[in-house]
Amino acid sequence: MALLEINKEECIGCEACVDVCPFGALSMVDGVAEVDEQCTACGPCLDVCPADALSLAERPEAAAEDLRAYQGVWVWVEQFQGEAASISWEMVGQGRRLADQRGTTLTACVVGHNVEHVAKQAIAYGADRVFWVDDASLAVYRTQPYARTLVQLVRQYKPEIFLLGASSRGRDLAGSVATELYTGLTADCTGLDIDPETKLLRQTRPAFGGNIMATIISPNYRPQMATVRHRVFELPEMDASRQGQIVAVDPVMAEDDVATKVVEFIMEQGEVNLADAKIIVSGGRGVGGPEGFAPIRELAEVLGGAVGASRAAVDAGWIPYAHQVGQTGRTVRPDLYIACGISGAVQHLAGMGTAKVIVAINRDPDAPIFGVANYGIVGDLFEVVPALTAQFRERLGN
Amino acid sequence: MNIIVCIKQVPDTTEVKINPETGTLIREGVPSIINPFDTYAIEEGLLLKEKFGGTVTIVSMGPPQAMEALKEAVAMGADEAVLLSDRAFAGADTWATAYALSRAIRKLGEFDIILCGKQAIDGDTGQVGPGIAGQLGISQLTYVFKIRELDPETGTVLVERLLEEGREVVQAPLPALLTVVKDINQPRYPTFMGIRRATKMEIPTWAAADLPACDSGKCGLNGSPTQVVRVFAPPAREGQVDLIAADDMNEAASILADKLLAEKVI
Repeated sequence: MALLEINKEECIGCEACVDVCPFGALSMVDGVAEVDEQCTACGPCLDVCPADALSLAERPEAAAEDLRAYQGVWVWVEQFQGEAASISWEMVGQGRRLADQRGTTLTACVVGHNVEHVAKQAIAYGADRVFWVDDASLAVYRTQPYARTLVQLVRQYKPEIFLLGASSRGRDLAGSVATELYTGLTADCTGLDIDPETKLLRQTRPAFGGNIMATIISPNYRPQMATVRHRVFELPEMDASRQGQIVAVDPVMAEDDVATKVVEFIMEQGEVNLADAKIIVSGGRGVGGPEGFAPIRELAEVLGGAVGASRAAVDAGWIPYAHQVGQTGRTVRPDLYIACGISGAVQHLAGMGTAKVIVAINRDPDAPIFGVANYGIVGDLFEVVPALTAQFRERLGN
Repeated sequence: MNIIVCIKQVPDTTEVKINPETGTLIREGVPSIINPFDTYAIEEGLLLKEKFGGTVTIVSMGPPQAMEALKEAVAMGADEAVLLSDRAFAGADTWATAYALSRAIRKLGEFDIILCGKQAIDGDTGQVGPGIAGQLGISQLTYVFKIRELDPETGTVLVERLLEEGREVVQAPLPALLTVVKDINQPRYPTFMGIRRATKMEIPTWAAADLPACDSGKCGLNGSPTQVVRVFAPPAREGQVDLIAADDMNEAASILADKLLAEKVI
């Protein structure tokens, strides 16, 4: 199923392509390059081949005038119980930057019930226009009515770029909307830029458990959609004096036509909301048991942070899965991550490696966690963590 | 009950290493596995079958070697399996993948529930599940960590979804597509009998031409809106660890607390 064509007559066996293939899809067989199924048609091999022996199948191109009809940058503003998610304001900040680069306007989509205040906030954070869809049937997020609302708005107003936060709801919604619109969607981006020549949105994201980064474009489909990781971009300044237009939009579905019903919401305590946490104190195998999380919780409480855990601690049944940080748990990006008794397996690092400041506390000086940490203490967490808690209690006066 | 589970064969990303000089993946010796989240989907399918009867059918799209993943799922207890493999599917992004899988599911006939892992560990997008639900026009319930009730009579399912602020309890009509998180169950191991059955079983491979109403222009590279233009090694974290050494832990903790306050992260 490989995508790359290799002209075996032209190949000189220099191995240049083998060295640059990010996926290890190329190899040399009898002095000639050979490609396997791992090929993703990403193209660096074409650039380095001195013999022009490599080629990729041409993609069909869309008519340029169809694409030009799509203008403006849009952002979906997620709200829960009438309160906007901070990730949405980060999107508004990024949307503003991209809209300015493209010389166009920024539109925010606010969907919910009794959320006019959120629409006003969106203007204050940088939107030029807000589509405000307010109805009792939209009070709680549900895929179907939210997706239909956005799909109809996109079809009517044709934005060029549409950003959503990569939260659980954002990913759920974006996947549904992009499917219906038949357009490109890039998940969990950590970088967004406009290509100065093509004016396309360049969307950069980690893949393979954070082992590689990929830049993705959607040249022939509109809008160019992306979900963006939480806390990668700064919160923009709020300016209550900013002026903008709020456009009230009628809901597209009646309650009776919505297939799903939200029966109940069970709130977790503050210590579990890892996505929003600025400080996370995490425990791993080193905590030794469920009761070993007590000093971790205490430190988290003094710092006003959340409690995280490694997969080892979760799999051992010491703490619920909702706390798990890492590739199979949550991806977090706090200002401060304190890893206690966590060795730092690759999967764990994939989930917290972009924290601003990382502190490692571990008995093993060779633990990989020290390789990514800014600060480290080699020692027993049951001595270090309570000592740290006492120090902060003194300094923070609580 | 007709239960369909969509799985993907992935390289074990925990075993993937990066060549520090070229910034490229070293794949040698990296095993291919069933995407870990999909093993929870398989297990949940088997649990539903044990409770309500019916069949569990596994669907996957990938190169011919992905047959190994299907065999493993059969060894765990799945009844049927089918592999979508064709040059026409190659280079598919999440949209084109969901399109091909949904066409294959249509060909399989009536179904009550589709189970997927919440995301695959190589791409980490979580978009194929919602894509399949959208293509088939059925309800999607993502990040499910518990099926509270399922009533084949009334055709409803009640699940708990794991969201940032807590757990949301949602009811949906069947057929529905669920993507599951890790906490939902403990996947079983293949049994000896299962392995024997899987070894003997002839699992069909379907090409694009085998799928009814499948537009090859919407498959593979041609049907994919997104395009990877650059792949590079992530920037390494700068600087080295500042290891705090002190006579006792109280002093070390005191030094660390001062440094963290100076970083202005507290």
